[in-house]
Amino acid sequence: MKAFTYERAKDPVAAARAVAGRPGAKFIAGGTNLLDLMKIEVEVPTHLVDVQDLPFDKIEQTPEGGLRIGALVTNTDLATDERVRRDYAVLSRSIVAGASGQLRNKASTAGNLLQRTRCPYFYDTNMACNKRKPGSGCAAIGGFSRQLGVIGVSKSCIATFPGDMAVALRLLDAVVETIDAKGKTRAIPIAEFHMLWGDHPEREFALAPGELITAVTLPQPLGGKHYYEKVRDRASYAFALVSVAAVIQPDRTGRVAFGGVAPKPWRVEAAEALLPQGAVAVTAKAFAGATPTKDNAFKLPLATRALASVIAQAKA
Amino acid sequence: MPMMLKVNGQKRSLSLDTRTTLLDALREHLHLTGTKKGCDHGQCGACTVLVNGKRINSCLSLAIMHDGDEITTIEGLGTPDKLHPMQAAFVKHDGYQCGYCTPGQICSAVAVLEEIARGVPSHVQDDLTAAPRATNMEMRERMSGNICRCGAYSNIADAMAEVAGGMG
Amino acid sequence: MKFDTPAQTNPIDKMAVVGRPVDRIDGPLKTTGTATYAYEHREAINPAYGWVIGSAIAKGTLRWLNLNEVKAAPGVIAVVTAQDAGPLGKAGRNTAKLLGGPEVDHYHQAIGVVVAETLEQARAAAALARVEYVRAGGQFDLVQALATASVVDDSGKPSAPEIVGTFDTAFAAAPVKLDAEYTTPDHSHAMMEPFASIAVWNNDELTVWTSNQMIDWGRGDLAKTLNMPKEKIRFLSPYIGGGFGGKLWLRVDAVLAALGAKAAGRAVKVTLPRPFMTNNSTHRPATRQRIRIGASLDGTITAIGHESGSGDLPGGGPETATAQTRLLYAGANRLTALRLAVLDLPEGNAMRAPGEAPGMMALEIAMDEMAEKLGMDPVAFRIKNDTQVDPAKPERRFSQRQLVRCLTEGAERFGWSRRNPKPGQARDGRWLTGMGVAAAFRNHLNGTSAARVHLDASGMVTVETDMTDIGTGSYTIIAQTAAETMGVPVEAVSVKLGSSDFPVSVGSGGQWGAASSTAGVYAACVKLREAIAQKLGFDPASALFEGGFVRSGNRSARLGEAAAQGRLTGEDKIEYGELGKTWQLSTFGAHFVEVGVDAYTGVTRIRRMLAVCAAGRIINPKSARSQVIGAMTMGVGSALMEELVVDKRFGFFVNHDLASYEVPVHADIPHQEVIFLDEADDKANPMKAKGVGELGLCGVGAAVANAIYNATGVRIRDYPLTPDKYLDKLPPLV
Repeated sequence: MKAFTYERAKDPVAAARAVAGRPGAKFIAGGTNLLDLMKIEVEVPTHLVDVQDLPFDKIEQTPEGGLRIGALVTNTDLATDERVRRDYAVLSRSIVAGASGQLRNKASTAGNLLQRTRCPYFYDTNMACNKRKPGSGCAAIGGFSRQLGVIGVSKSCIATFPGDMAVALRLLDAVVETIDAKGKTRAIPIAEFHMLWGDHPEREFALAPGELITAVTLPQPLGGKHYYEKVRDRASYAFALVSVAAVIQPDRTGRVAFGGVAPKPWRVEAAEALLPQGAVAVTAKAFAGATPTKDNAFKLPLATRALASVIAQAKA
Repeated sequence: MPMMLKVNGQKRSLSLDTRTTLLDALREHLHLTGTKKGCDHGQCGACTVLVNGKRINSCLSLAIMHDGDEITTIEGLGTPDKLHPMQAAFVKHDGYQCGYCTPGQICSAVAVLEEIARGVPSHVQDDLTAAPRATNMEMRERMSGNICRCGAYSNIADAMAEVAGGMG
Repeated sequence: MKFDTPAQTNPIDKMAVVGRPVDRIDGPLKTTGTATYAYEHREAINPAYGWVIGSAIAKGTLRWLNLNEVKAAPGVIAVVTAQDAGPLGKAGRNTAKLLGGPEVDHYHQAIGVVVAETLEQARAAAALARVEYVRAGGQFDLVQALATASVVDDSGKPSAPEIVGTFDTAFAAAPVKLDAEYTTPDHSHAMMEPFASIAVWNNDELTVWTSNQMIDWGRGDLAKTLNMPKEKIRFLSPYIGGGFGGKLWLRVDAVLAALGAKAAGRAVKVTLPRPFMTNNSTHRPATRQRIRIGASLDGTITAIGHESGSGDLPGGGPETATAQTRLLYAGANRLTALRLAVLDLPEGNAMRAPGEAPGMMALEIAMDEMAEKLGMDPVAFRIKNDTQVDPAKPERRFSQRQLVRCLTEGAERFGWSRRNPKPGQARDGRWLTGMGVAAAFRNHLNGTSAARVHLDASGMVTVETDMTDIGTGSYTIIAQTAAETMGVPVEAVSVKLGSSDFPVSVGSGGQWGAASSTAGVYAACVKLREAIAQKLGFDPASALFEGGFVRSGNRSARLGEAAAQGRLTGEDKIEYGELGKTWQLSTFGAHFVEVGVDAYTGVTRIRRMLAVCAAGRIINPKSARSQVIGAMTMGVGSALMEELVVDKRFGFFVNHDLASYEVPVHADIPHQEVIFLDEADDKANPMKAKGVGELGLCGVGAAVANAIYNATGVRIRDYPLTPDKYLDKLPPLV
């Protein structure tokens, strides 16, 4: 871990300014992903701006009938919130399907959105990685790719976004609110927040330098039955091979998004329109143009089967 | 940087490198080596401590970010002569073997029962809106962030069940 | 004490303390965080911190190594590489040298250590090393390498297949046959405590607190590596955070702590970061196995053949996966063969139940397949082919062999009769359910083991031996042994372990530790009893040691009285004669598993597990049970998730941390049941005990695999059984 200086921010604009004005500066909140990567020098910030004291730890009702979740609300608190459990169960379920109790107690809402990939070649600094070191190549292509992406990937990078919570947020059409060093606020639809990086896998999030996430808002509840089906090799405390977030309405319409398959939570609205026709129809459309490797081609039938199990549960 | 931690009820002043994790502050500076370093990357749970009453992985937190926080480590739960009920239950049910993950398991176990009582939901709950109960499956799911390579899981579940039952 | 005739009645048989489920005596320390592990000893004053630099390539040489930035970094005290370490030896038990350079033998081989004032400084400085490598081609592909590999014996020496009778013709003539290939991947010990050592020099004397299963091996091998007399080294491991065979050997942490401490002129602590451990240290090698079984229509095995190939670095050894097949089942015609390929991956070596663990994973699937071909129940098929003698040497009997009882009692207890023999039939909602069985088998090994026992005036008994407790319960069973022999309660026994100051024990490994280390303590206690009787003027032969008193005829004395004028000491060792050759000493068991396989996603969840074990006298049923359930848990890992993935381009294990090398978590493991058959093996040792810690692992993986087959009708022969391997064969979606 490289040496860095540290400050504890007292207000959002000052925090944004502290990062924007200083190359190598980064925000830190829960730190569960950033510190992990700093220890192996995948992340090498020279200055950390600790945002834990900022007033972003509340979950509030919005005038539109939705919820505004402060960026610093912990994963545990978000999953436990009575309104979330009742009206946005898919969000609560996605959170408790991820990480461990200890990590969820520390990890923040904003930090969870900003998770880096878990590609093993990204984590091994002896290996070429365009995301870690643009232009160095991608050791994952042609290597061990069982966990990696099947769609939305590129010739530069086949990593996935590893998180669970963001898959549910994508399903719910959440909006990410930010503030910058000039005090200007911005609302970024979750669909645009995680980027398809193409030839620039180092560009993962639609944030400008120093732009600070302040909240995530949810529109009105969708009703319906909520599911988060996560398939992994062990029963808990593992990243998804494939996950399916779904809200199914009594008339069998609904929404569906997939995790563990792409650089971003994968939702194709035109595909979810086919939900009444069943899982095969939905995934055929959602994964059209997929480019899996030999190691991870199983993710395509697995996604279909995981969705089928959700549809079956909804029928029951 | 100068800072203060309240560890097991005692105020401890420290001056640390910004890079020092809470785990290394406890182990290398305060010599509270009951908290273990198994992976240093949030992958095993051996470093679990309670911060302001909540369990976290102390390896993935900078000490400086805990200035003023109340930390409870395994040493703060009980001593060999005066075991915490959870520690006593681990001994009785042989909920450990090599002992290295054990302090983390015990800190986590204490926190898990508190989380269940507080209504924190889990992955194995059928009805998210109902209050969770300390069933075998609930405890196993919630303890899954604490790896035990010696494989004492079945015994740990028995130890926790005894303590949970006693809390009635 | 020489053990060369079967044990007679002895003080252990009283079983007032031995055989009882005593709570671990180290429990209060371990559960309060006050047991001291390697990196935590504070006797070394003001230690500096060492951080290991590892190779970024698998094979080749260092063209240059620029350490200028490292040396200039804040806090750096010393840097040691092969260039300035002086001449280093290599112990025979290490295959690759521990400090590489200029040649590199495997990925993450250590090429230097940086010593700095703080951990943070050492870690940051180590990352500043600038290295240019010349890569050499390496062989990283086991399948390719095995194509030209030759047959070796268990020790790796050139050999020929071991044949009994005429295997080829018997197999060809058998009316029912199986010929199948099985694979097991590389496995990682993944013990919770990373390798760690603190070293401090006092002139030419070295003290090392470390985490090592074998004190005397480690001490000797460190001496050999550093070219110094063994007597000048103190080697200490009072508590060890798991080993599973990974800590049988001297590893880089001890060597580089010692070299770093010498260079820095003060104590140095070195631990290996988790992501560095897998490729830096040893692993269980992958195997490719072929099993052929021929049987007559009534289920009698007429031919059984087991071949296994594995790889290792030059000079390494094979994974002896065929060992159990020589002994487990009857059959007149037999073939076993090992092939050893040269690979340039990190060093392969022992991991819990080396040989039998992967061997049984294959053999016991094959037995399940064969039973099905014969239309027999898999329990009945195994019973039908039980043998009470070494099939290759029928004059050699097993000292004790209750495999049949393990199978029948287990079947009864587990409700095996409820299993539908036709696979893919049972369903519980979305779950396809099934049951599987496998035999468990592991040889018992004895080894010389010494101990010293003191009695003080208060009547307190203190045991000293360099035996280690790696979670196995050594502290407790040694206390029980001394308590039983000396006639005192466990509370009156203090046990000191894991120090080279103490007599050399058998150490922890190969499930040999419990029986021989306690036998050594028993031998020392017998010596102490003689000294006590002599001191009190009692007849040593007839003196009774009970309740803290010694009695002889109508005379009685409090035990401590014998030490009133100074403590008394008994020291001895257990040594073994030929009984282990005359008799085959083995341990047996049966594993029963019920699984649910998600009909949609193929994910397997274990529902129930039972092991029935016959392993001689069980010294402490509580800690022995924990050994077995822990092994069963590891077996679930090897069945369902554990695999070190080889990147054959760069020659390393890709998933080298605890997030990407998945081992079972709480949620994977249901309540586990263990039954020990009541046994006492008088041919084994005075304790009449055998090992059990590895037995518990042997066969578990196959029982899981067989249960998955029973649930799904899909037979998978490549471990681990992850959904991607059978997703396309599950029931189609409606």
